[in-house]
Formats: sequence, structure tokens, C-alpha cells
Amino acid sequence: MAAPAREAAAPAPAPAPVPAPAPVLDVERVRKDFPILSRTVHGRPLVYLDSAASAQCPRPVMRAVEDYCMQSHANVHRGVHLLSQEATAAYEGARDRVRRFLNARSTREILFVRGTTEAINLVAQSYARPRFGPGDEILITGLEHHANIVPWQMVRDQTGCSLAVAPIDRRGELPLNEFFKRLTPRTRLVAVAHVSNALGTILPVEEIVSAAHARGIPVLIDGAQAVSHRAVDVRALDCDFYAFSGHKLYGPTGIGVLYGREALLAEMPPWQGGGDMILTVTFERTTYNELPWKFEAGTPNMSGAVGLAAAIDYVEGLGLDAIGAHEQRLLEEATAELQRIAGLTIIGTAAHKASVISFTLEGIHPHDLGTILDSEGVAVRTGHHCAMPVMEFFGVPATARASFACYNTREEVHRLSAALHRAREVFR
Amino acid sequence: MELRDLYRDVILDHNRHPRNFGRLDPANAYAEGHNPLCGDRLTLSVRLVGDRIEDIRFEGKGCAISTASASLMSEAVKGKDRAAVRQLFESVHALLTQQDALAGPELGKLAALSGVREFPARVKCASLCWHTLNAALESDGGTVTTEVPDEVPSGPARKMAGEP
Repeated sequence: MAAPAREAAAPAPAPAPVPAPAPVLDVERVRKDFPILSRTVHGRPLVYLDSAASAQCPRPVMRAVEDYCMQSHANVHRGVHLLSQEATAAYEGARDRVRRFLNARSTREILFVRGTTEAINLVAQSYARPRFGPGDEILITGLEHHANIVPWQMVRDQTGCSLAVAPIDRRGELPLNEFFKRLTPRTRLVAVAHVSNALGTILPVEEIVSAAHARGIPVLIDGAQAVSHRAVDVRALDCDFYAFSGHKLYGPTGIGVLYGREALLAEMPPWQGGGDMILTVTFERTTYNELPWKFEAGTPNMSGAVGLAAAIDYVEGLGLDAIGAHEQRLLEEATAELQRIAGLTIIGTAAHKASVISFTLEGIHPHDLGTILDSEGVAVRTGHHCAMPVMEFFGVPATARASFACYNTREEVHRLSAALHRAREVFR
Repeated sequence: MELRDLYRDVILDHNRHPRNFGRLDPANAYAEGHNPLCGDRLTLSVRLVGDRIEDIRFEGKGCAISTASASLMSEAVKGKDRAAVRQLFESVHALLTQQDALAGPELGKLAALSGVREFPARVKCASLCWHTLNAALESDGGTVTTEVPDEVPSGPARKMAGEP
């Protein structure tokens, strides 16, 4: 992710600041950890530029899941036998790994869910629905993924509250004055993306949180597109909820995390009922379990949690700074290369972007582009990216989107632009 | 999988210069087609005289396959009655979805679509206009979609449920 430009010159008497060495990623070594990258697609080496949809899994993640399944699997929190104890230790150990990853105060604030979508639905149904009513407002932005729109529309329809949208500008940035204007005495919750999946825009979440908190409004951050690019510290951000998915962080599918401030989670009723989320049950009444288990009804996704913890070990082993710097170099290179292609328009030109480039090519529908790129072995996402309002704002039915991850190379950027030239030839 | 099988000259030509493009006025049958996966929308307006399609136009924005397919269809069905259109639909549907289907002479230029079946992700692009035409001929005048077969208003359009 782009860091703000720093002032280089220090006053003369002060010792010259020692520039931190630029973190370097050994990409060829990284690639060896991802077996899928060595396969071919339509007879050509795979160029996987769709990590914003789902990142590939490195061997250490697969191995962690396999070890769990081969050695320690049993149900958690239920048995006195050894395997159940090991499974519980693995699952709760994964929770603590996530807590350290996010720098949360306590594992009571870390809920395992299926993914970002489920995390946001949990907050919508368990935090917003019981509290909000007519006259209350939930504030989102114009660049949200459907997962940060639809759950709030459901709450709106259930409670009579309303949904306000802070607009974005033509670069795909969120003008803060427009956003602040919409923080009113009616606003009860702010829910924003950390990074836009369709445009790559990095939102100024620190400013958003402090402005909202100054008015006593809690903030949920959809971090699905952020956690794989930069370190996230929920205490530094001071957000109230933070959601992300394992599979966008090189982990397994079907596992994700909701961080919630303990004081808020404690007040919230359970979302789903069932086993594991209770202390005692009679036919007359039930007492609920403590945090975090109050929100984890049923047998959880233990192998997924173990895989997610391994994925966190993996990215922190590489260094999120090194990953982010590598991706920024690819983003700059790809942006420069794509801009040289006649008729190509980049959708989303914010000053601070994650390694995502959405684009259109004049005269060629994104769907056709996707097929032609695929025939060249280049996997990009085409379509509306689950962000139809963003497409509508830019007046396009769809875009093609290339996203870059820790394992992508400059060579692959060239393969992308070569494939785009090929598309031009096909449609000449 | 050969790209040239998909983007044949006939397809590229009909994409660049779609025939019967626009809105027909007067018309007495309409339908809108929608492919939510790619956001494509297609509107058909048809003038039926008795049971026969006297004229047809289409408008909307779509990929090369959906535009060319609609353009080719508009040429092919003009002058045909409902039963003949239904037969043609069956042949096109088989061409798009069955590996061993042969392009019979009744297909004419529509045979250019035979490459689509090698690209399963694109079959719906080619079939959208046909489902939309079915809806128009059933006179529901609603929106057909390539998704959620249960919500498709007309009977024949449900045939798409069997597609990949």
C-alpha cells in the first residue's frame, strides 16, 4: 500500500535520519510455496491475477490443515479424551494467533465466522437490529461491496431505520467533507471498507473512526481486501468491529473473523442458537456461554481456523511490509504499462491504492477480455465485482480487474499487457 | 480450446455491425433479458402478425457473443412462425450445449456459434437472446434472467435450467 510521501529534509544540526532498508521479498522462493502456480492453463503457464477474489494457498497452510486432520481432529470443547483436548487447543490457539495478528486485547474479542459476509451479517442482526428503529441511520460509502450493503438493507427493512451513503468521486476516493456531512445526530453506526475490492482505494479509516467516535458513533470496518496487504492493529485503529476472510489472506475458505470490542459484544444477544454457545439448557430457559463462544453456535470450522493461523504465520514470516512494498511496485509497473495501451481506461485512480487495477478496453466487453486473457493463461476477474453501485457510478456494466499478491512477478505484468494486446488483435 | 473458434469472423462482424439494432415501433411483443453475472441487458421488440414474426429489433449492451448472437437470431427468426422459432431454438440450444451436436442446414449463419460450447462460461451469453425471445413470444413482457430459473416468467425459458 502506498505510504504518504515523507518530508526528506531534516534541519541541518539534527543527525541525518537513517532510511529504513526497503523490505525485499524473494518472490521466486515465495512462488515455490504455492504449488498451484506451477500448473498450466490452456497450455500456458498460469498467471494468477485474481487474488482479490481468492488468494492461493501456500504449502504451510495445507500442511497445517493436513496435520490437524491426520493427528488431532475431534470435536472441540466437548470431550475429555486426548484428541478433543488437542483439537480444542489447536482451535483456541488459532484464536489467539488471530488476536495477536490484529493486536486485539483479548481472545474474547475474536469470533470465528465463515467469512467477512457472515461477520457483517452478525453485526447487522445482533448489534444493529435490536437497537435501531425509525429515525436511526446507518452510514456506508459509495464503494462498498454488496456484503457491506445488503445486510444493512435487511436491517433497514426489519427495523425501519435508514441507510445513508457517502458518495465517492471520479477517482474512486471518498471525499471526507462529504462523509463528515453525513455524520448526523441520527447516525447510529458507520460501516466502511478498509480497501475497495473493485477500485483498490484505501480509505482513510483512521480519520473516519476518529470523526465518528467524536460523535459517539461506533464503526465497523470491512477489512476483507486490507489484511493481506498491510498490518492491521485494531487498537491503533480504535474501530469497534473489524471483519476479514481467511481465503483472501492465503488461508482456507469457509473461515473468517469478526473482531468486536468486548464491551459491545458483551451487550449483544447471540445471533444463532445451538450447541457450544450455551452454559445450561432446560426446556424453560437457556443461559448463554461466555464470549467469544456465545457467538459460535454449533461445531466450528476447526481445520479452517488452524489453516488461517498458519496463513497468518506465513504472511508475517514474509513480512507484511515486504509484501505491501512488493505489491506496490507491481501496481506501479502495471499501471504504467496498462496506461500505454490505446483505449484502456483504468477505473479507480485514487492516490492511495492497494494492488488492484480495474479497467475497461474500448470496443471489447470485459467478458470477452476475460475469455481472451484466460486463453493466454492469464486469470483476471471480470464482471461487477459484487459492487454494482460502483459500476453504475462509473457508467460501466462491468470491468476487468487484475489484482497482485505476494507471489506475482514483473514478468506476469508483462504477460498481462501482452494478452491485452492479443485481445486487440482478435477484435481488430 | 481455440480462440478463433469462438471469435469467428461472422461473430466479430455481427458484434461490430449488429443487424436489426434498436427499438421497433410499432411492436406488439417485448421482453427484457438480463445476465446478472456480467450485467448485460438486452431488450427485444417484436412485431407479430398472427403467429409470424414480421419484424424484430434488439437493443442493449453486451459482450461480443451476446451481441452477435442476438444479431444473428434477429435475422434468422424474421418471417418465421412460433413453431419454426421454437424448432430453431431447440437446434441452437443443442448446438450450444451438446458436444456432439452437428450444425444442420436449418441453422444457416447461426452455425458460427458452435465454438461457444468449448467455452462453458460463455454459453449463457449466447443463449440470453433466445430466452428473451421466448419470453416475448409468450407475451409475459417481463424480464428473463440467465439465473434463478424459478423466477423466469415463461414456461419455455425454463429450459435454461439444464445449461451449465
